[in-house]
Amino acid sequence: MTRLFISLLGLLALAGCSSSATWGWYVIDPTTPSGWTNIKFLISGMGATIQISVIAALISIVLGLLVALPGQSSKRGWRMVNRVYVEFIRSIPLLPMLFWVFYGLPIIFRSMGLNIPIDPFWGAIITLAISDSAFTAEIYRSGIQSIARGQSEAAQTVGLNYFQTMRYVILPQAIRRILPPLANQFIYIVKMSAFASVIGMQELTRRANELVVTEYRPLELYSLLILEYLVLVLIISAGVRWLERRMGSDERR
Amino acid sequence: MSEIAIEMIDVNKWYGTFHVLKNINLTVQSGEKVVICGPSGSGKSTVVRCINRLEEHQKGIIRFEGNELTNDPKSVASIQGEIGMVFQQFNLFPHLSVLDNLMLGPMKSRGLSRAQAEERARHYLDRVRIPDQADKRPSQLSGGQQQRVAIARSLCMEPKVLLFDEPTSALDPEMISEVLDVMVELAQDGMTMVVVTHEMGFARKVADKMVFMDEGEIVEQAPPTQFFEAPETNRCKTFLGQILQH
Ligand SMILES: Nc1ncnc2c1ncn2[C@@H]1O[C@H](COP(=O)(O)OP(=O)(O)OP(=O)(O)O)[C@@H](O)[C@H]1O
Ligand SMILES: [Mg+2]
Repeated sequence: MTRLFISLLGLLALAGCSSSATWGWYVIDPTTPSGWTNIKFLISGMGATIQISVIAALISIVLGLLVALPGQSSKRGWRMVNRVYVEFIRSIPLLPMLFWVFYGLPIIFRSMGLNIPIDPFWGAIITLAISDSAFTAEIYRSGIQSIARGQSEAAQTVGLNYFQTMRYVILPQAIRRILPPLANQFIYIVKMSAFASVIGMQELTRRANELVVTEYRPLELYSLLILEYLVLVLIISAGVRWLERRMGSDERR
Repeated sequence: MSEIAIEMIDVNKWYGTFHVLKNINLTVQSGEKVVICGPSGSGKSTVVRCINRLEEHQKGIIRFEGNELTNDPKSVASIQGEIGMVFQQFNLFPHLSVLDNLMLGPMKSRGLSRAQAEERARHYLDRVRIPDQADKRPSQLSGGQQQRVAIARSLCMEPKVLLFDEPTSALDPEMISEVLDVMVELAQDGMTMVVVTHEMGFARKVADKMVFMDEGEIVEQAPPTQFFEAPETNRCKTFLGQILQH
C-alpha cells in the first residue's frame, strides 16, 4: 500500500519535470542552491515535530495509566472519574483544545496569580498529551481486562495489595497487548502534531506553510511535506512491527 | 483442636436478586479438615470465596481467628496471605518462573529477602515433590505439576488456613492422585483445610467434617462415617448415589 503511494508520488514528480510550465519542482531541487536551501529549511522542522511527539507520547503513556487505573476499581465513584475523563476528552476536537490551552489556559493561570507562560512548544505538547491520554487510557483498560480475573485473585491470596498486583502480575502480562496499540497511537500523535503550526510552532507543517507564502508553490511544497510525514510514519511502523514480532515470540515461549 | 479458625454465622449473599448463600453456619476448628460437596451451582465456591474475601457477603458474620471479616479494605488486607487458596484453574503467574511464582508473595507482602524467599520456595517445592522444575515457566509443566506448584505457592505464605476450590477438577484423570497425595500429606501435618471436591475417596481419608450444600444452603453437616453411611436427607442421598457410582 505504502509502496504504491510512493511510486504514485514519484510518477507525479516525473510528470512535473516534463512540463515545467505548470510544475515548479525547482523550489525543492537539491541541485540548485536555492532549492537546497529550501529543502534544508523544510527538513529542519523535523526536530521539533519529533520532540513534540515524543514528549507528548511519554506524558500520555503515564497520564493514560493514571486515568485507566480508577476505571478498574470496584468503587463506582472511581469508575465514574475514569468514564467522565475519557468521554469528555475524547469528544474535544484537537484544534479547539489547542486554542483553549494556548490562549485560554494562561488566563486561568493569571487569575490564580500564577505566572506560567505557555509557549507554542509546551502548548502543543500539553494538548497532544491530554487529547491522546483518553485513547491510551482505553488501550490500558482493554489490556488489563484481557488478563483473566484469576490472576488478580491469585495475587490477592498471596498477600499482594492492589498496586503490587498491578505492578508484578497484571501489567507485565498486559504489556504485550498494550505496547503495539500504544505504538500505533504514537503515529497518531506525530500526525496530529501538525496542528502545532497554527500556534506558531516551527515544526514541519509550519515550515512548509512559510515557504508556500514566499514561493507560491503549494503543490510541490506540500507534496514534500506529505513525504516527510510518510517517512516518519514508515519508520515508526517498522518499529511497531519489530516490537510485535518480539512480543509475539515472547508469548509463544 | 480447640481454637476456632473460621466461623460463619447466618451468612447470606445475593447476586442482584439471586440469593446464592442462605443462612450459612459453619465452624472450622484449627487443624480441622472440612470437605464441602454438592451439585453444580449450589454455592460451594461462593462460600470459600467469602471466607478469603474474594467475594463480599451482605448479611451475617464471618470471623477469622475471632476477628470479624467485613467488606472494608483493612479487613481484606488483614487476612491476605493468612488464608491461602488453591484454585481449580491453578492461576499461576504465566510470566514468571516457578520459583518466582513462589517467591513473589513472601518477598512483597511478607518482606522476606530474596535469599530467604528462595530457600522457603525450594523447601515447599520439595514438599510437593517437584524440586527440579524451579526454573521452568508454568506452561512447561503438566496440569498436575502446575497444581502442585500452586499448592506450594500458597504454602510459601505459611497460611493458617488453606482453601481448595475443586483442585483436581481441571486435571486429566491420571494426574489427580499426585495432587491428592500432596493434599493428604498436608492434612496429616495438621494444616487447617477447607476443600471443595467431589473426590470422595480423599474425603473419607482426611475429612473431619463433611458438608453437603444444595441451592445455597448447607443441607447436611456430619462426620464422614455418618455422612457416607447414613445421610439424613434425600437430597444428600441422591447426590451421593450419583457421584459414588463413578
Ligand atoms: N458473579 C456472579 N454473578 C451472578 N451469579 C453468580 C456469580 N457467580 C456465581 N453465580 C451463581 O451463583 C451460584 C453459585 O455459584 P458457585 O460458583 O458458588 O457454585 P458452585 O457450587 O461452586 O458450582 P460448581 O460446582 O459449578 O463450581 C450459581 O448459580 C452461579 O451461577
Ligand atoms: Mg465452584
